[in-house]
Amino acid sequence: MSVLLEVQDLFKTFGTGEAATRVLRGLSLTLDVGEMAALLGPSGSGKSTLLTILGTLMKPTSGSHNMLGHDLIAAEDRELTEFRNRHIGFVFQFHNLLPDFTALENVIFPTAVREGRETASARARGRDLLVRMGLGDRVEFPSTKLSGGQKQRVAVARALMNSPELVLADEPTGNLDRVSAMQVMDLIAQINRDEGTTFLISTHDEKIASLCRRQIVVGDGLVTG
Amino acid sequence: MLYALKIATRYVTANKVQTALLVSGVAVGVFIFIFMSALIGGLAEFILSRTVGDISHITIEAEETDPAVLISPSGHVLSVVERGRTRTATLAEAATWLPLIEAVGGVKAVSPQINGSGFLARGAQIAQVSVTGVEPGRESAILNLDGYMIEGSARLGSDLIILGSKLADELSLKLGQTLRLESSKGVTAVLTLGGIYHTGNGGMDGGRVFVSLTSARTLFGVPQGVTRIEIKLFDLNAADATALRIRALTGLDAESWTADAAQLMEALNAQAQTGYFLKTFALITIVIGVASALLLSTYRRRPEIGIMRAMGAGRGFVIFVFVTQGALIGLMGGVSGAALGYLALLPFPSRDAFKVGTLPMDITQGSYGLAITLTVIGAILASILPARAAARVDPVTAIGQ
Ligand SMILES: Nc1ncnc2c1ncn2[C@@H]1O[C@H](COP(=O)(O)OP(=O)(O)OP(=O)(O)O)[C@@H](O)[C@H]1O
Ligand SMILES: [Mg+2]
Repeated sequence: MSVLLEVQDLFKTFGTGEAATRVLRGLSLTLDVGEMAALLGPSGSGKSTLLTILGTLMKPTSGSHNMLGHDLIAAEDRELTEFRNRHIGFVFQFHNLLPDFTALENVIFPTAVREGRETASARARGRDLLVRMGLGDRVEFPSTKLSGGQKQRVAVARALMNSPELVLADEPTGNLDRVSAMQVMDLIAQINRDEGTTFLISTHDEKIASLCRRQIVVGDGLVTG
Repeated sequence: MLYALKIATRYVTANKVQTALLVSGVAVGVFIFIFMSALIGGLAEFILSRTVGDISHITIEAEETDPAVLISPSGHVLSVVERGRTRTATLAEAATWLPLIEAVGGVKAVSPQINGSGFLARGAQIAQVSVTGVEPGRESAILNLDGYMIEGSARLGSDLIILGSKLADELSLKLGQTLRLESSKGVTAVLTLGGIYHTGNGGMDGGRVFVSLTSARTLFGVPQGVTRIEIKLFDLNAADATALRIRALTGLDAESWTADAAQLMEALNAQAQTGYFLKTFALITIVIGVASALLLSTYRRRPEIGIMRAMGAGRGFVIFVFVTQGALIGLMGGVSGAALGYLALLPFPSRDAFKVGTLPMDITQGSYGLAITLTVIGAILASILPARAAARVDPVTAIGQ
């Protein structure tokens, strides 16, 4: 198995002095290509913090972060933006979709923003992805009118739009009922199997975690299991 | 950037009520801008037409030249040259200049004149008058005599005289009566009253008479040439430049009306300044309105901006989206404000039909294009600050996970 990304000795401290919160304290982690991993740990243990660092949305206080041969600590905003667009997909718990756009428009955003316009081929791929997510009848639906589970499936489709190597999902099923949650997880597992996309999914739900082949537990700012 | 335009358009159309309010705010500012432009422009036009409309735009007056003093090279001569007081300075070659001047671009009419002063007598009553001799057929070239006639006709024949209503009242004159006009040169002519005008200008109506150029030649002893050439232009603002051209062409001392109208120009200038001031405030209001609305919009859309940034939208893209949004609002507000302004100005009488008591609005001076352009530029400037704020949104805190 080839290595997709590697972080070493990650430290992340919020604030300074008395108010300083030391969230990550020398955390190291390696993810291989094609892995499907769950990120577990108590609330406040730093799961979201780790995901945003891995997603290049935030830099650690110190440590190294390499992915696909890129040193992502040294990279500047422009380079990181480009890198994220091509190699990383995100699924968040809340505020996932652009409210004034349809399901399809949301899905093709990552491609359109890179190409400067919405091409027919991007639209075709977006439609395919929505069909795969079981949303063939919701393609032109305004995103605000979708149910919570539908929104998360649109978000998964969007995360996959540019065929990224890594998809980071922060409690993607956190506010879904069990049926919808399982539906989303099934789709993720299917994509992981079919396309070899690496998934790292933070969750509090043991059931969800058990669907992943690997469980990573964080605590005290380190990987504990 | 086509895609950023699509997103900006979507943002503008997404919240129709908010956009409508914002656009109407901008439109009101543009409306004020256009209204002020039309008012200030119309007012200036009105004042100029009332004050300068009836005067010569360029005047050539004969220069007093004294005869050369011939001094023999031998011996000493002590001489004092005194200005001749009885001679009338003339533009002797007027006849050759006239066609040349008439051919200059922008010249509407040329009126060669012989001017002087004299006494008008009717029985025992005498009035001092200034006499203008004009060519028959050119009576209305400078002053619109035809338009001011209240009795008789403006047409001057060889023994006819035309004078103002005030003078006619003072001397109890009636059309067709014969009058004696004695010039400052002591020449007397007997003339028939051919018409009475009323301009509303007291000095003019009470002290100026018009005779034919031929009569004036006899009265003032000017057998050839004229004493003054008055020129009317199509555009009185071109007077300075045209005067220079006539000067260069003929070598005559052509003077623009502006040389003697410093106070009027100052007043018009002050009025224009007031206009600029108000228009600037209208623009500032637009800029502040757009800036605050967009700032609010960027704040409200922080989570979305965070998502877009996470999905690979660069800072430049975010800036472009919000600046385009500002430009669209400016364009919509500008166009609707301009249309509103035009419609509001339609009922006002046209430039030539200004009536006393109404605002002399000039619909042609609304500066519609300028208003729209400045509004779009203003809106773009106004959106830079919010757009930069949007581009600096931290995706992590904005998404709030
Ligand atoms: N921007 C920030 N400023 C200050 N403290 C922060 C910031 N972000 C996170 N923290 C703190 O860092 C710690 C870890 O937060 P994080 O969101 O990563 O935890 P988490 O494991 O995702 O928790 P949860 O399971 O509840 O989502 C928390 O104590 C939190 O208060
Ligand atoms: Mg979290």
